[in-house]
Amino acid sequence: MGRFVVRRLVGMVVVMFAVSVLTFLIFNVIPNGDPADRMAGKNSTPAQIAAIEREWGFDEPLYEQYLTTMEKVASGDLISYANQTNVVEEIKRGLPRTFALAIGAALLWFAMGTALGLYTAVRAGRWTDTLVTVLALIGISMPVFWLGALASYYLGFKAGLFPNGGYSEIGQAGVWEWVKHMILPWAVLATLFIGVYSRVLRANVLDTLNEDYVRTARAKGLTERRVMVHHVLRNSLIPIVTLWGLDFGMVLGGGAILTETVFDLQGVGQYFAESVGQLDVPPVLAVTLFGAFFIVLLNTLVDIAYAALDPRIRLSS
Amino acid sequence: MASGVQPRSHAALPEVGRPAGLALRRLRRNRTALGFGALFVALVALALAAPLWAHIAGTTPSKNHLSDTVVVDGRTEQVVTFDGVPIAPTWQKKFFLGADTNGRDVAVRLLYGARNSLFIGIAAALITTVLAVLLGTLAGYFRGWTDAVISRSLDVLWAFPVLLLGVALGVSLALGGLKVGPLEISGDSKWIPTMIIAVVSVVYLARPIRGQVLSLREKEFVEAARAQGAGPLRIMFGELLPNLVSTILVFFALLVANAILLEAALSFLGAGVQPPEPSWGTMLAEGITLLATSPHLTIVPGLMLVLTVLSLNIFGDGVRDALDPRGKVRPEHG
Repeated sequence: MGRFVVRRLVGMVVVMFAVSVLTFLIFNVIPNGDPADRMAGKNSTPAQIAAIEREWGFDEPLYEQYLTTMEKVASGDLISYANQTNVVEEIKRGLPRTFALAIGAALLWFAMGTALGLYTAVRAGRWTDTLVTVLALIGISMPVFWLGALASYYLGFKAGLFPNGGYSEIGQAGVWEWVKHMILPWAVLATLFIGVYSRVLRANVLDTLNEDYVRTARAKGLTERRVMVHHVLRNSLIPIVTLWGLDFGMVLGGGAILTETVFDLQGVGQYFAESVGQLDVPPVLAVTLFGAFFIVLLNTLVDIAYAALDPRIRLSS
Repeated sequence: MASGVQPRSHAALPEVGRPAGLALRRLRRNRTALGFGALFVALVALALAAPLWAHIAGTTPSKNHLSDTVVVDGRTEQVVTFDGVPIAPTWQKKFFLGADTNGRDVAVRLLYGARNSLFIGIAAALITTVLAVLLGTLAGYFRGWTDAVISRSLDVLWAFPVLLLGVALGVSLALGGLKVGPLEISGDSKWIPTMIIAVVSVVYLARPIRGQVLSLREKEFVEAARAQGAGPLRIMFGELLPNLVSTILVFFALLVANAILLEAALSFLGAGVQPPEPSWGTMLAEGITLLATSPHLTIVPGLMLVLTVLSLNIFGDGVRDALDPRGKVRPEHG
């Protein structure tokens, strides 16, 4: 078990390194104009541009630039090209907002996805199953920013039920105001995932119902409820938990750019969206690394949890 | 080869026929899936007929009608009012679905946008399929270091927050275009979002294909082919590929659906199709900022997109039920 954990952690570091190199290359190999040129502004002399190049190290070889950038990420001194703010500070500022969105939405979609998946599996073939299935498919067929914009405008602005976007600090306006600002973002982001989770769980439950141990449990005379919860649901949840780990990691790491942007939550994802538009490399690199870190971390945690539960996994490969 | 030795009499039995025939019969019984499949085909036909509607409406997707007027219910109305508010749907030939702030016909743009969105969706899914089958088959068949290199690269792709990667690539490439050897793609080409979406989606299909090849290569029919002296290429494409068709089919509709949603997301963030070229994503990006005065600019392209993706998802669901292996694409467009 110890060796398995070590191997996974080493793998995690390797993947993070590859992600950082790739992201760095995207902006330094693809020709998209000289950053020094952009920073110097329209009416700049070649001497000014050269000075900026020296100051920011753009004249150094690529691997040097990469190393200096990564050093700055690690020490928290990374500075944005576009507005000279500290990138790590900006990410820290967005962190509570992104976490609030991610944790709330992830809990909501897990609970709703499980409940609906179980319900439709038990009712498989009846009209309620069809209805929920169609609703779930509609949920995964909508662009999240479209649903978000409509909800924010019609339920928020027009009906006045919710605030029209923005984030409210708990420390400033209290918990209730915070919840009111988060309900729509949570619901909109979760809609996307509830559809997927309920479909996957339904398929798993229907598969598990055919297993011999379920027949045995029924033959022993256990109540249907006990069979469903202890034998069927418990085993059907395993793939759902894997999926949840990955998706939760993605959203925690700023992956919900669209939801954050459309509700103006000013989280890490929105910071990314605003920076990438200005081709501001340092924040883009930092947020991508930050996002990849959470995805890889959650992925590794899920793998380790499985290995602890199932010896076949840690012994193979 | 392998299919040639199958006894023909099986086809006559009611429920144990050839797998493909069986799946087709199951799909034919699924009326909902077939209906939505037909709806998707109709939407594609509608997109192909875009020039026809443009001819009827007497305009083009990029022609401005800022100072024009149009007669609605006997009243003459400005296409775009002096405060810049475009006309709502007129439900007649001209401006059937209203105009946008540049005085362009929304219905015409919607159909031309459908061409771009569907092109990107289908082309990206095709490229993804080719790449994923190639990588998955190579990794699964050769194992060893080939598998190690491919699988670890896929791990890296899997760890990337897909939307972040897509947006970073999209913005970067839109500015400078792409030059690979003799191939030159300009920054506003729709091949750029197509390639980005194709590449970031490869991992969904490559992993299951690899897993399947790993188990298929141990089967007797592969051993038989090898005993007959078939080389790796012949085994991979002659023997293994036909057995992967059902997995590919299950994923294909879902890949197209996902690609259309990703196109919209990238375009919304300015990293996809570049204006003035219409696509559902760019139309939504323009429309959402004007939700208060001109809701039709948001609702019309949005509904069209949802209908298209929904029809693909329901049809894909039916195909999966008919073929039965599990296929799933993670939602990455949050």
